[in-house]
Amino acid sequence: MEHIELFFKSIFIDNLIFATFLGMCSYLAVSKKVATAVGLGAAVIFVLAITVPLNWLLDVYLLKDGALVWLGPEYAEYDLSFLSFIMFIATIATMVQLVEIIVEKFAPALYNSLGIFLPLIAVNCAILGGSLFMQSREIQTLGLAFNYGVSSGIGWFLAILAIAAIREKIRYSNVPAPLRGLGITFIITGLMAIGFMSFGGMLTGGDEEKTTEQIVVVEPTQQKVEITKEAIDIAKNEKEIKE
Amino acid sequence: MGLLSKKDVKLITDPLADNNPITVQVLGICSALAVTAALKPSIVMAIAVMFVLAIGSTIISLIRNIIPPKIRIIVQLVIAAALVIIVDQILKAFAYELSKQLSVFVGLIITNCIIMGRFEAFALANSPWRSFLDGIGNSVGFGIILIIVGFFRELLGSGSLLGYPVLGSSVEKTGVYAYGYENNGFMLLAPMALITIGIIIWVQRSRNTALIEN
Repeated sequence: MEHIELFFKSIFIDNLIFATFLGMCSYLAVSKKVATAVGLGAAVIFVLAITVPLNWLLDVYLLKDGALVWLGPEYAEYDLSFLSFIMFIATIATMVQLVEIIVEKFAPALYNSLGIFLPLIAVNCAILGGSLFMQSREIQTLGLAFNYGVSSGIGWFLAILAIAAIREKIRYSNVPAPLRGLGITFIITGLMAIGFMSFGGMLTGGDEEKTTEQIVVVEPTQQKVEITKEAIDIAKNEKEIKE
Repeated sequence: MGLLSKKDVKLITDPLADNNPITVQVLGICSALAVTAALKPSIVMAIAVMFVLAIGSTIISLIRNIIPPKIRIIVQLVIAAALVIIVDQILKAFAYELSKQLSVFVGLIITNCIIMGRFEAFALANSPWRSFLDGIGNSVGFGIILIIVGFFRELLGSGSLLGYPVLGSSVEKTGVYAYGYENNGFMLLAPMALITIGIIIWVQRSRNTALIEN
């Protein structure tokens, strides 16, 4: 159940582009044609699926507060979380390099369609952001971490596919000159983000009580995510008590 | 102006408008959108990026002749990551509430396209002093857009600036609220940041027609 919930939550509600704006630069630069957008999106799913679980392992067994306890009880107080940034980015850069070498050797067709994007992805905010959010939301198991990586990637893929399709179509529309290209893309992405906000009520309906879901619109999005998360936890606890 | 030649001054003034990292070079969009819900985080983010970009550019420029080309991305990432860790620790020590508000976006400065973009495009091929100036110029250009977006989002979204309610009190219905004005809470949400930047681009390209795409 948790898996399905995390899967849909990461694709639609916590969408990397529309909710947290990660990976905007390559999103804007590569979305001029659908074919290249598909290539980049697929590469992002691939890299996220590999790096998020790896970084989860790093976080749980090396970086977290008290993580080093498996080395010996005297290491229980070590908190290496300040090294997270450097460790995560090092893993990502290395994995991307490795993946590129492996794909080039064993699947040259895949390499020809993905290959040029792979080095670009190492510095894509979405990849590092996926790992950082995995850490800050305290994902509990390796399976959930893999789930989170894949579903965040799918959400990003959906977003870039949609904007590329729209951009291809509006090339023939009458956009005012100063808005042409970049300006109209921003506004369209904004409108799409508004559309995706409608998914916010998706996971809290059903036989749960109404009082558990209250999105307070005036607070910044960060807090909204935390409040909905708490609401879902409260709902889960209530369900357990009922059973 | 002994220290700054004409070309050097251009390094600082170009990124302010004509070669603005966000609206023209299309770099650094992620943080421009995410942290600008209020004015204070926008200012802090701009200062953080200035620290990382200016010092990072100088360091990369100083060692540019001894970096092996195959690992230059990794070297750039490591230097950026180290500087960002410093910024993050300083923020956590002196402004804890703010660092909670900025949360993962401080870490994401590492992959901020402006940092990697300027390292790659400028610092690797230019002298340390010019790289430093380029870093300052681009981060000020970045900061200007962040502050404009943060200003409008906070003013229209919560009726305050830097935390001080400037339009009167919405609870006691003083100031503008007495006439029935309500805060536009929508401005605080993600999509409006995108649309605000779209409008800024619109205004900029209307005034500087050289930037219009075909």
